[in-house]
Amino acid sequence: MKFDKEFDASGMSCPLPIVKTKKSLTDMASGQVLKVISTDSGSVKDMQAFADQTGNTLVSTAEEGGKYVFFMKKK
Amino acid sequence: MAKKMAIIATKGTLDMAYPPFILASTAAALGYDVQVFFTFYGLQLLRKDLSNVMISPLANPAMPMPIPMPVMVQMLPGMESMATMMMKQKLKKHGVASLTELRELCLEADVKFIACQMTVDLFEFDKSEFIENVEYGGASTFLGFAGDTDICLFI
Repeated sequence: MKFDKEFDASGMSCPLPIVKTKKSLTDMASGQVLKVISTDSGSVKDMQAFADQTGNTLVSTAEEGGKYVFFMKKK
Repeated sequence: MAKKMAIIATKGTLDMAYPPFILASTAAALGYDVQVFFTFYGLQLLRKDLSNVMISPLANPAMPMPIPMPVMVQMLPGMESMATMMMKQKLKKHGVASLTELRELCLEADVKFIACQMTVDLFEFDKSEFIENVEYGGASTFLGFAGDTDICLFI
Protein backbone atom coordinates (compact mmCIF):
# COMPACT_ATOMS: atom_id res chain seq x y z
CA MET A 1 0.00 0.00 0.00
CA LYS A 2 1.14 3.53 -0.75
CA PHE A 3 2.00 5.69 2.20
CA ASP A 4 3.34 9.19 2.81
CA LYS A 5 5.29 8.68 6.02
CA GLU A 6 6.55 5.80 8.12
CA PHE A 7 6.90 5.48 11.89
CA ASP A 8 8.76 2.47 13.27
CA ALA A 9 7.71 1.74 16.86
CA SER A 10 9.60 -1.56 17.04
CA GLY A 11 10.71 -2.32 20.59
CA MET A 12 8.42 0.27 22.13
CA SER A 13 5.79 -0.56 24.72
CA CYS A 14 2.49 1.06 25.63
CA PRO A 15 1.78 3.94 25.46
CA LEU A 16 4.63 4.96 23.12
CA PRO A 17 3.32 3.42 19.86
CA ILE A 18 0.04 5.34 20.23
CA VAL A 19 1.43 8.59 21.61
CA LYS A 20 4.10 8.72 18.92
CA THR A 21 1.69 7.72 16.16
CA LYS A 22 -0.34 10.74 17.15
CA LYS A 23 2.82 12.87 17.04
CA SER A 24 3.72 11.51 13.61
CA LEU A 25 0.27 12.40 12.28
CA THR A 26 0.50 15.97 13.52
CA ASP A 27 2.42 17.44 10.59
CA MET A 28 0.64 15.36 7.95
CA ALA A 29 -2.15 16.58 5.72
CA SER A 30 -5.69 15.27 5.73
CA GLY A 31 -5.99 12.12 3.57
CA GLN A 32 -2.29 11.24 3.82
CA VAL A 33 -1.35 7.75 4.99
CA LEU A 34 1.00 6.89 7.84
CA LYS A 35 2.60 3.45 8.00
CA VAL A 36 3.26 2.27 11.55
CA ILE A 37 5.35 -0.75 12.46
CA SER A 38 5.06 -2.15 15.99
CA THR A 39 6.26 -5.17 17.92
CA ASP A 40 3.84 -4.56 20.80
CA SER A 41 0.95 -7.03 20.48
CA GLY A 42 -1.22 -4.68 22.56
CA SER A 43 -1.01 -2.10 19.81
CA VAL A 44 -3.36 -4.14 17.58
CA LYS A 45 -6.35 -3.28 19.75
CA ASP A 46 -4.95 0.08 20.79
CA MET A 47 -4.45 1.29 17.22
CA GLN A 48 -8.08 0.49 16.39
CA ALA A 49 -9.22 2.26 19.57
CA PHE A 50 -7.04 5.24 18.67
CA ALA A 51 -8.64 5.41 15.22
CA ASP A 52 -12.16 5.07 16.64
CA GLN A 53 -11.63 7.89 19.11
CA THR A 54 -9.73 10.31 16.91
CA GLY A 55 -11.61 9.92 13.65
CA ASN A 56 -8.53 8.82 11.71
CA THR A 57 -9.06 5.73 9.57
CA LEU A 58 -7.20 2.51 10.23
CA VAL A 59 -7.05 1.29 6.66
CA SER A 60 -5.41 -2.05 7.42
CA THR A 61 -3.68 -4.14 10.06
CA ALA A 62 -1.36 -7.01 9.22
CA GLU A 63 1.17 -9.22 10.93
CA GLU A 64 4.44 -9.84 9.16
CA GLY A 65 7.09 -11.97 10.84
CA GLY A 66 6.30 -10.98 14.42
CA LYS A 67 5.73 -7.35 13.54
CA TYR A 68 2.45 -5.53 13.19
CA VAL A 69 1.98 -3.17 10.30
CA PHE A 70 -0.73 -0.53 10.32
CA PHE A 71 -1.81 1.98 7.72
CA MET A 72 -3.49 5.00 9.25
CA LYS A 73 -5.21 7.59 7.07
CA LYS A 74 -5.34 11.02 8.60
CA LYS A 75 -8.73 12.61 9.13
CA MET B 1 -15.94 19.85 22.26
CA ALA B 2 -12.98 17.79 23.43
CA LYS B 3 -13.46 15.19 26.12
CA LYS B 4 -11.79 15.87 29.44
CA MET B 5 -9.87 13.75 31.91
CA ALA B 6 -8.63 14.62 35.38
CA ILE B 7 -6.20 12.60 37.45
CA ILE B 8 -5.21 13.02 41.08
CA ALA B 9 -1.69 11.61 41.49
CA THR B 10 -0.96 10.88 45.14
CA LYS B 11 1.85 8.32 45.03
CA GLY B 12 5.55 8.90 44.52
CA THR B 13 6.94 5.43 43.96
CA LEU B 14 8.25 4.16 40.64
CA ASP B 15 5.41 1.68 40.10
CA MET B 16 2.68 4.16 40.97
CA ALA B 17 4.25 6.96 38.96
CA TYR B 18 3.56 5.21 35.67
CA PRO B 19 -0.26 5.07 35.58
CA PRO B 20 -0.84 8.85 35.75
CA PHE B 21 1.76 9.62 33.07
CA ILE B 22 0.69 6.75 30.79
CA LEU B 23 -2.99 7.63 30.98
CA ALA B 24 -2.40 11.36 30.69
CA SER B 25 -0.14 11.08 27.64
CA THR B 26 -2.45 8.59 25.94
CA ALA B 27 -5.60 10.58 26.64
CA ALA B 28 -3.90 13.68 25.25
CA ALA B 29 -3.00 11.70 22.11
CA LEU B 30 -6.67 10.75 21.79
CA GLY B 31 -7.63 14.40 21.89
CA TYR B 32 -8.63 14.74 25.53
CA ASP B 33 -8.06 17.90 27.47
CA VAL B 34 -6.08 16.57 30.48
CA GLN B 35 -5.14 17.91 33.89
CA VAL B 36 -3.17 16.10 36.58
CA PHE B 37 -3.30 17.28 40.18
CA PHE B 38 -0.22 16.22 42.14
CA THR B 39 -0.67 16.02 45.87
CA PHE B 40 1.10 14.48 48.86
CA TYR B 41 3.73 11.98 47.64
CA GLY B 42 2.69 12.52 44.05
CA LEU B 43 4.54 15.83 44.20
CA GLN B 44 7.80 13.89 43.94
CA LEU B 45 6.88 13.26 40.29
CA LEU B 46 7.24 16.95 39.52
CA ARG B 47 10.90 17.12 40.51
CA LYS B 48 13.27 18.02 37.68
CA ASP B 49 15.35 15.00 38.61
CA LEU B 50 13.28 11.82 38.86
CA SER B 51 16.20 9.50 39.56
CA ASN B 52 15.21 9.24 43.23
CA VAL B 53 11.78 7.84 42.43
CA MET B 54 12.09 4.30 43.73
CA ILE B 55 10.24 1.06 44.27
CA SER B 56 10.36 -1.00 47.43
CA PRO B 57 9.73 -4.74 47.72
CA LEU B 58 8.84 -4.13 51.37
CA ALA B 59 5.11 -4.35 52.12
CA ASN B 60 4.64 -5.03 48.42
CA PRO B 61 3.96 -8.79 48.32
CA ALA B 62 2.55 -8.63 44.79
CA MET B 63 5.85 -7.47 43.31
CA PRO B 64 7.26 -10.27 41.13
CA MET B 65 10.74 -11.18 42.37
CA PRO B 66 13.32 -13.38 40.61
CA ILE B 67 13.71 -15.32 43.87
CA PRO B 68 11.41 -15.40 46.90
CA MET B 69 12.69 -12.89 49.43
CA PRO B 70 11.82 -12.97 53.12
CA VAL B 71 10.69 -9.67 54.65
CA MET B 72 13.72 -9.75 56.95
CA VAL B 73 15.96 -9.60 53.88
CA GLN B 74 13.87 -6.88 52.18
CA MET B 75 14.57 -4.66 55.19
CA LEU B 76 18.32 -4.68 54.66
CA PRO B 77 20.05 -1.45 53.59
CA GLY B 78 20.38 -1.13 49.84
CA MET B 79 17.45 -3.41 48.99
CA GLU B 80 15.34 -0.51 47.78
CA SER B 81 18.07 0.71 45.45
CA MET B 82 18.59 -2.82 44.18
CA ALA B 83 14.89 -3.38 43.53
CA THR B 84 14.69 0.00 41.79
CA MET B 85 17.67 -0.77 39.60
CA MET B 86 16.23 -4.16 38.65
CA MET B 87 12.84 -2.65 37.86
CA LYS B 88 14.39 0.07 35.70
CA GLN B 89 16.39 -2.53 33.77
CA LYS B 90 13.21 -4.52 33.23
CA LEU B 91 11.29 -1.47 32.03
CA LYS B 92 14.08 -0.59 29.62
CA LYS B 93 14.34 -4.13 28.29
CA HIS B 94 10.64 -4.13 27.51
CA GLY B 95 10.75 -0.78 25.74
CA VAL B 96 8.74 1.04 28.40
CA ALA B 97 9.51 4.75 28.37
CA SER B 98 11.24 6.35 31.35
CA LEU B 99 9.15 8.55 33.65
CA THR B 100 11.03 11.59 32.41
CA GLU B 101 10.21 10.75 28.79
CA LEU B 102 6.53 10.12 29.53
CA ARG B 103 6.29 13.35 31.50
CA GLU B 104 7.90 15.19 28.61
CA LEU B 105 5.36 13.67 26.20
CA CYS B 106 2.55 14.85 28.49
CA LEU B 107 3.88 18.39 28.49
CA GLU B 108 4.39 18.38 24.72
CA ALA B 109 0.75 17.35 24.38
CA ASP B 110 -0.38 20.22 26.61
CA VAL B 111 -1.33 18.15 29.63
CA LYS B 112 -1.68 20.61 32.49
CA PHE B 113 0.10 19.84 35.75
CA ILE B 114 -1.16 21.33 38.99
CA ALA B 115 0.78 21.00 42.23
CA CYS B 116 -1.10 21.07 45.50
CA GLN B 117 0.07 24.24 47.21
CA MET B 118 -0.92 22.97 50.67
CA THR B 119 1.29 19.86 50.39
CA VAL B 120 4.16 21.88 48.94
CA ASP B 121 4.00 24.04 52.09
CA LEU B 122 3.42 21.07 54.39
CA PHE B 123 6.51 19.22 53.23
CA GLU B 124 8.43 22.48 52.80
CA PHE B 125 9.33 21.58 49.25
CA ASP B 126 11.47 24.00 47.30
CA LYS B 127 9.61 24.97 44.14
CA SER B 128 12.91 25.50 42.34
CA GLU B 129 13.36 21.71 42.44
CA PHE B 130 10.19 21.25 40.42
CA ILE B 131 9.86 21.51 36.65
CA GLU B 132 8.69 24.86 35.38
CA ASN B 133 5.48 23.88 33.60
CA VAL B 134 3.51 23.55 36.82
CA GLU B 135 0.70 25.62 38.23
CA TYR B 136 0.12 25.80 41.94
CA GLY B 137 -3.37 25.54 43.35
CA GLY B 138 -5.72 23.89 45.78
CA ALA B 139 -8.65 21.53 45.78
CA SER B 140 -11.09 24.06 44.41
CA THR B 141 -8.77 24.89 41.50
CA PHE B 142 -8.72 21.21 40.62
CA LEU B 143 -12.45 20.66 41.16
CA GLY B 144 -13.21 23.56 38.84
CA PHE B 145 -11.84 21.40 36.03
CA ALA B 146 -12.64 17.94 37.46
CA GLY B 147 -16.34 18.75 37.91
CA ASP B 148 -16.69 18.97 34.19
CA THR B 149 -14.73 15.88 33.09
CA ASP B 150 -15.66 12.62 31.40
CA ILE B 151 -13.05 10.64 33.36
CA CYS B 152 -11.72 11.44 36.81
CA LEU B 153 -9.21 9.13 38.50
CA PHE B 154 -7.57 9.00 41.90
CA ILE B 155 -4.22 7.22 41.69
